[in-house]
Amino acid sequence: MYKGGKIIASLIIFAALFTIPFFYNMGKVNAGPDVALDTPAIQRLPASEQQCVESPEFMKENHMQLLNQWREEAVRNGQTVYINSQGKKFDISLQDTCLKCHATESASNPVVLNNPANSTGVSNPALNASPEFCASCHDYSAVKPLCWTCHFEPKEAVK
Amino acid sequence: MKVLFSFLAVILIILVATMGAFITNLHYVFGIIIPYLAFAMFVGGFIYRVVKWGRSPVPFRIPTTIGQQKSLPWIKQNKIENPTSAFGVVVRMAMEVLFFRSLFRNTKTELREGQNGPELAYGSAKWLWLGSLFFHWSFLIIIVRHLRFFLEPIPFAIQALESIDGILQIGLPAIYLTDVFILVAITYLFLRRIVVPQVRYISLPADFFPLFMIMSIAISGVLMRYFYKVDLVAVKQLTIGLATFQPVLPTGIGPMFFIHIFLVSTLFAYFPTSKLMHMGGIFMSPTRNMISNNRMVRHINPWNPEVKVHTYEQYEDEFRDKMKKAGIPVEKE
Repeated sequence: MYKGGKIIASLIIFAALFTIPFFYNMGKVNAGPDVALDTPAIQRLPASEQQCVESPEFMKENHMQLLNQWREEAVRNGQTVYINSQGKKFDISLQDTCLKCHATESASNPVVLNNPANSTGVSNPALNASPEFCASCHDYSAVKPLCWTCHFEPKEAVK
Repeated sequence: MKVLFSFLAVILIILVATMGAFITNLHYVFGIIIPYLAFAMFVGGFIYRVVKWGRSPVPFRIPTTIGQQKSLPWIKQNKIENPTSAFGVVVRMAMEVLFFRSLFRNTKTELREGQNGPELAYGSAKWLWLGSLFFHWSFLIIIVRHLRFFLEPIPFAIQALESIDGILQIGLPAIYLTDVFILVAITYLFLRRIVVPQVRYISLPADFFPLFMIMSIAISGVLMRYFYKVDLVAVKQLTIGLATFQPVLPTGIGPMFFIHIFLVSTLFAYFPTSKLMHMGGIFMSPTRNMISNNRMVRHINPWNPEVKVHTYEQYEDEFRDKMKKAGIPVEKE
């Protein structure tokens, strides 16, 4: 081979670039977020309220658009009631509707509350890594929700 | 006809992919076995092609230059376009690979109606360069962006790239600039082959096929992100499974994913056998990667055979006695 040294070195770089994922993930366990649909927080709710606003399949695909629609309804149109596909009524409110199941789990847990390491943003779904919160799935797939550029938990509320 | 042939080939591939996507029993084949095979064919085929090219000799210096050669001391040399150092070559290659320097010099030739009949006219033609630049850079950014499915935890650089790509924050999920650019650019590259008669004449099925393949990959990706959504977390579990060699097949991913990954696998497998190998070939173009020192350094043909020589000294050693007897002067007594 002519100029063999340079060509082989380049090919090694090529192969290394394309096999980055194999080396990067070597020895790691493939553990995605495991979102449970019957946490204690959900079980405490009356049976009629244990269902999410829409079906899990719908929420998986369209929660971002639903939240967008809610924001528009509440902030711009003054509508505060959402009627879902089954005709059931829900309050259009992140705090009072979504977070009833999706954020109360750790926030209401005294062990977590009293842990000084968690003193900021315990019930902030953007920061909390528990599977019922946004962050677990969103960090896993590197999708940055824009909710928390405006919405955030004031420090005083946590104390 | 050539267009139709490539188009029907891609349609057939899409049909196979759709079949794989809707028959659950085939998901393991389409989601795990075919991607592994395609990846092995891509890397193996790429290395095979480059090694094969590397074995062909380049006997002469054949750099093409567009700048002043190194000459007398008061004549300024163009150190990048006519390099006499390895560093100059590296810069020239970088310009070529990253910014398509040669294509930037593309010209068009046409006959114009002048005052005294038709006139031959040359002009600069930058559209192909611009279209290619947008296409290739978008493609690169899209591939790097996809690393978010193959790396866990996701490095900051990839998240940053993604947020820059979606910086306009239009719609939900946010539109990626590169998605728009690649679709526009590839449509341009396709129309160019159809509309310009000269380019159409020299276009082959092998030119249209990759265009249609990449177009269908981009469209399936866009459809998957915005319209026929898939379970992203399940997708990542599958891809991380592939990357850790512990393949898992989560249920309920959604058919669009299998169509997309089959199209990508087909392109990867096809890559080493096609014109797309210009990805490796550009680094091996002798007109670009050679130092322009044709006459500064002696270049010896690499396949010159060993020539048996008989020097005068050896000749004299052999015939010294006879030369002396004949009275011929010798250098060494």
